[in-house]
Amino acid sequence: MFSNLANLFRYRGLIQSLVARELKARYRGSALGFVWSFINPLLLLLIYSFVFTTVMPNTTEGVQPYQLFMFCGILPWTWFSSSLSEAANSLIAGGNLIKKVLFPAEVLPLVSVLTNMVHFFLGLPILVAFLVIYHQYPVPSNLLWFPVAVLIQLLFTSALALILAALAVHFRDIKDILSNLLTLWFFATPIIYPWFQPSVQKFHLFFDINPFTHLAVSYQEILFFNKGPVGHWKWLLSLGAGSVLLFLAAYWLFDRLRDSYAEAV
Amino acid sequence: MTPAIELVNVSKIYRRYGGRQFSTLKSALLQRSILRDLQPSETFPALTDVSLSVPKGSTFGVMGRNGSGKSTALKLVAGITKPTSGTVRVEGRISALIELGAGFHPEISGRENVFINGIMLGLTKREIQERFDEIVDFAELREFIDAPVKTYSSGMYMRLGFAVAINVNPDVLLVDEVLAVGDEGFTHKCLDKFAEFKRSNKTILLVTHSLNLIERFCDEAIWLDNGRAMSHGDPKRVVGAYLTKVEEGEEALLAATTAKAVESASRASTGQVGQERRDGQDGQDQQEHAVEHPADPTSNMFQATEGRWGSREVEITDVALLDREGQPSFVFHSGDPIGVRVKLRAAHPVDDFVFGFGLFNADGVCCYGTNTYLEELAPQRLTGEAEATFAIESLDLVEGTYKLDVAVHKIDGFPYDYHRLLYTFRVKSRIHDVGIYRPRHRWTFSPNVVFKPGTKG
Repeated sequence: MFSNLANLFRYRGLIQSLVARELKARYRGSALGFVWSFINPLLLLLIYSFVFTTVMPNTTEGVQPYQLFMFCGILPWTWFSSSLSEAANSLIAGGNLIKKVLFPAEVLPLVSVLTNMVHFFLGLPILVAFLVIYHQYPVPSNLLWFPVAVLIQLLFTSALALILAALAVHFRDIKDILSNLLTLWFFATPIIYPWFQPSVQKFHLFFDINPFTHLAVSYQEILFFNKGPVGHWKWLLSLGAGSVLLFLAAYWLFDRLRDSYAEAV
Repeated sequence: MTPAIELVNVSKIYRRYGGRQFSTLKSALLQRSILRDLQPSETFPALTDVSLSVPKGSTFGVMGRNGSGKSTALKLVAGITKPTSGTVRVEGRISALIELGAGFHPEISGRENVFINGIMLGLTKREIQERFDEIVDFAELREFIDAPVKTYSSGMYMRLGFAVAINVNPDVLLVDEVLAVGDEGFTHKCLDKFAEFKRSNKTILLVTHSLNLIERFCDEAIWLDNGRAMSHGDPKRVVGAYLTKVEEGEEALLAATTAKAVESASRASTGQVGQERRDGQDGQDQQEHAVEHPADPTSNMFQATEGRWGSREVEITDVALLDREGQPSFVFHSGDPIGVRVKLRAAHPVDDFVFGFGLFNADGVCCYGTNTYLEELAPQRLTGEAEATFAIESLDLVEGTYKLDVAVHKIDGFPYDYHRLLYTFRVKSRIHDVGIYRPRHRWTFSPNVVFKPGTKG
């Protein structure tokens, strides 16, 4: 297993070019091309602004401007959820490669995760621009936590992506269940409501066992709440440690089922 | 010297993936133990106990029918799947031409796909850069290399895939029936490339249906059937064994085809007769039939639809094609003798009868037709069970599938029993000449025209 993990490093060139290919292919043929990576989050943000300031104004204390608060959680969530739904389908969609070319299968789900990470990065400038527009400047030292949060999310998402990709080959139902599960997960995570809300705190145990709570809260503390240092770091680092273990377990499972992909896809 | 490819007692059992493969997640994790106690009904042995050893620098051919396990063998060598039992060992870098252009992304340009495909096949960016021009020239796609691959024709797609794969510069090249990708010119280029590989002491494993290629190209060959090695060794001998087996298979198939045609035609014609009888217009209807389907097959050669009709006053009960030994057969070699034996039963004695025979090729063109009346045999009497044999001394036809008309009718054409195109047989030939008829012939030359001894190639 560890030799395979080492191979993963050898495949970085392949992963890199596949991610580049996905990014290129996504907007190939559209008039605006790459600009869409910026326009999409911008439009999303504008819609939220319209809905939560005009249609159903949200005046919750401490999370104003509300759309900006939401956006800090939604951007990483989009990375997470798109990665998983694409990864679950990645081995099946890449069946041709797995069946006909000697090809390291784990590359495919990881490419899904990394491609969506690039989209996440491309959405950040929009977020930053709006933080500036609303004079909501983050605490500079808190920003040091940002790469840590990204890295942990990358590890956590990759682990789940590997598991889902491997299992979806054998249990095709996963693809269909997944989108509903992700919707449920989204609403069960303090993204569109603040975690310090009393109703959330009442069930804090439930929120504490949800790994994405800690990612979302960390991002919010790093980017949005500029009142003090990041208070959630212990949770974040614990999640990081858990993610390392989860990734190893996921890789073990993926490796274990490896021989079955070429036949079952 | 260690062999480049070695398979020792390799078996591969596929599970039949009908419904769910693993009932629970737990059993999925214990997959290996499950594989061991599989129910026989759920498994499909793709390869059974195959051993082969390919010396470095030689070309090895794998042949067999569709589904015989050729591609599975190739995938095992490529490492794409693992054997259920036995060992597979390969020395050196492998490039597998199993599916060309697998992994091409339709939206991006040929140029970008070459790079990504090359990286997938194990090249570095720099190596691809160095070989890029060679790849593009080989694929003959210079003007289209920057167009998205989705705009390529399938030939262009395959050529590009082939060009990338062959330029990986492997030690072991696995080729799965990919020479059919291009036009004549491209195929020659591929073959030249293979020859170049051979010269530089590289190993080629070639899976193909082209026996010609096996004979011309391979140093050794194996013939797989139902996952088992049927014959192994000298290509000429293996091809010979294979051809014999193929003939037997064809024989069975043609026998089944003929039986089915006769049965369905008979059923249709008896139904028809029943209806005519009910209408009480027996004679008139049959007269019309006679006009519609004149007994002389040559005048109706373009209306080649199979069927059976007639009054059955004289019935054809059995038709058999006989080989040299008088045994029923469906496959003949060009130049063989053939006998068409017709068994008949006359319901009552008749004095007006003509036996007809027609021979059609697969396009429905009448190759030959005759009858006893045309050959000026005057009928006198036919009673009870009878037999008539139409013997051809030498079947001088080119390779192909042929069908027969066999009929008994009156001199005026009124059919007793007309069997149109119900009997199928195949003519085989090692010479791939064209046309329909092969006249007995020989070539003579003046002494200053010289051919190499032996066969071509």
